[in-house]
Amino acid sequence: METPALRAPEADSVLPPWLRGIFPVLVALPVLAAFHWLLNESPFAVYLLSVMGVNIILAVSLNIVNGMTGQFSIGHAGFMAVGAYISGVLSLSLKEVALSFLPVAVSDQVFFTVALLAGGLAAAACGFLVGLPSLRLRGDYLAIVTLGFGEIIRVVVQNTDAFGRALGLSGIPQVSTPYMVYFWVFLVVLVARRIAGSSHGRSLWAIREDEVAAEAMGVDTTGYKVRSFVISSFFAGIAGGLFAHFVPIINPGSFTFVKSMEIVVMVVLGGLGSTTGAIVAAIFLTLLPEGLRSAFNLLGTESTLAQKVDQIRMPIYGLLLVVLMLSRPQGLFGTRELWDVLPRWIPRRRRGLS
Amino acid sequence: MAQLLQHLINGLAAGTIYALVALGYTMVYGVLKLINFAHGDVMMVGVYMGYATAFALGREVRGSLLGVAIIFAVAMLGCGLLGFLIERFAYRPLREKPRLTALITAIGISFALSYGFQLDIGFLPGASPRAFPEVIEPKEWIVIGDRDVVVWNWQVISLAIAVALMVGLQYLVFRTRFGRAMRAVSWDHRVAALMGIPTDRVIALTFMLSSALAAGAGLLYAIKDTSVSPLMGLYVGLKAFVAAVIGGIGHVPGAVVGALVLGLVEEFVVGYAASTWRDAVAFGFLILVLLVKPGGLFGRVAAEKV
Repeated sequence: METPALRAPEADSVLPPWLRGIFPVLVALPVLAAFHWLLNESPFAVYLLSVMGVNIILAVSLNIVNGMTGQFSIGHAGFMAVGAYISGVLSLSLKEVALSFLPVAVSDQVFFTVALLAGGLAAAACGFLVGLPSLRLRGDYLAIVTLGFGEIIRVVVQNTDAFGRALGLSGIPQVSTPYMVYFWVFLVVLVARRIAGSSHGRSLWAIREDEVAAEAMGVDTTGYKVRSFVISSFFAGIAGGLFAHFVPIINPGSFTFVKSMEIVVMVVLGGLGSTTGAIVAAIFLTLLPEGLRSAFNLLGTESTLAQKVDQIRMPIYGLLLVVLMLSRPQGLFGTRELWDVLPRWIPRRRRGLS
Repeated sequence: MAQLLQHLINGLAAGTIYALVALGYTMVYGVLKLINFAHGDVMMVGVYMGYATAFALGREVRGSLLGVAIIFAVAMLGCGLLGFLIERFAYRPLREKPRLTALITAIGISFALSYGFQLDIGFLPGASPRAFPEVIEPKEWIVIGDRDVVVWNWQVISLAIAVALMVGLQYLVFRTRFGRAMRAVSWDHRVAALMGIPTDRVIALTFMLSSALAAGAGLLYAIKDTSVSPLMGLYVGLKAFVAAVIGGIGHVPGAVVGALVLGLVEEFVVGYAASTWRDAVAFGFLILVLLVKPGGLFGRVAAEKV
């Protein structure tokens, strides 16, 4: 594995110190507002952007475990399912309740936030449970346990009456907005970047590069591993909650091993350890099937061919993984971030150590 | 009592088939320290090869001993070739890379095969399950009481084949020159190469052997289940892999014991609880075993090299 570029993120920033803390917010707010303004008219664009946002949250959060900590987890869809179902059930039971002193839309968003947080916390609790075996298991074995855990969650959901068994939940209020989705995207990216630059992040990189050496240097490996699992699954739960509030129906079929692998493909394609890489890959892999489908539709071919795109997607993902591992095992960006690979004439942050 | 006995027999029969698939995982892991995630999908391809051969042979030949032999031979040879190709072009270039890259590649191949076979372009079979032809006509061989306990012929046949293959494999690994080479490569393939062992050839042969085994096991499974679908490899493979890990992956008798235990556990869950919980119980059992013994029932946890 290539070593992560060591850099002191704050040391040589061009921004004055008082601006550094709030700068991301200042950038994010207008972007979100622009989204909101652009999307008011087109429900399909709203849907597509919401899916994209959910995928970005999933990929960035999985990257914290798979990329930064080096613990290969392949059960991320399980945490997403926990978040989706817990927040969905909560929203369903709170459907009739409203805060009468607030406008309806605002009151809906308040309850939505509460439901999301509940889903996220439930997923985080599950992440804690999965993180614990990492006390004793490493590498391949841990990967299998995460896979097994994801499948167990799916089967439990499938057999619980409160979760609608195999039919799933329907009638969850559709209160999710792109605004909300991108607020959480912003938050997860912020958290991931802050972790990467902090001493916590240094410990995670150390565990990823050589667990034994990290332990010998006094890094509390299990503590950090469990914590990265908890943070990662919290955001996966949030992503699930957001997903549940803009699709009409959630069922156990949405959270299988296949969904987990989709997220893994995004992280691996972007580069294990690169947050911006995960974002770019998530956007690309969300748009690719849609783009192909509309391309086929534009060409005027019969609709069966457009339907085939959905079938071709999975084999292409598989081949993509193989070709990527053979030709560029570190992914598109490796552990670097987008601004590290931009052309030279674009001004960039200077590297501290490298 | 009779019901218990029947469940016991069914569980053992299911377990032997898992065992054959699990042996493939264990062999490859033993030699290469690679979890060959695509193993179950190679099995699926083998089943489709057998399916195509059975139809090519036609109705008269299909049920005869010769027909069965041809079907098994074609599927096992074809799968051996497929295993060779996968090893040569997907795993060999990654041998010196971190193990994670090979694991991701294996997952990629698994997806390419299982979802590739779902397309209905050209000769590919499409996503819907097909009925596997009655290659071996099912017969009740042992009936106790008023059909209280029934043992089918395919159960006995698959048990016999499985036992024979296991004994053969154990002989191959511990009593032959090739087996000694395998063990040497497993210990340290670089040192083995220095000692004049053709490591590439040994690894390729191991892959072909495990793939051929998978094809045979897959056909037994298809005969029992009478239905084939492109996704069968993903699920049977996952179960067999769980079995191999429970037994301690890389340990040949361990894989067999793990598979039998898993088959029994699943059968009892289906028989006495609810069939929908089967997968969860299998994985729950796996996690439990790994928590108590991180290397599996028979595996040893290797000391970490610093």
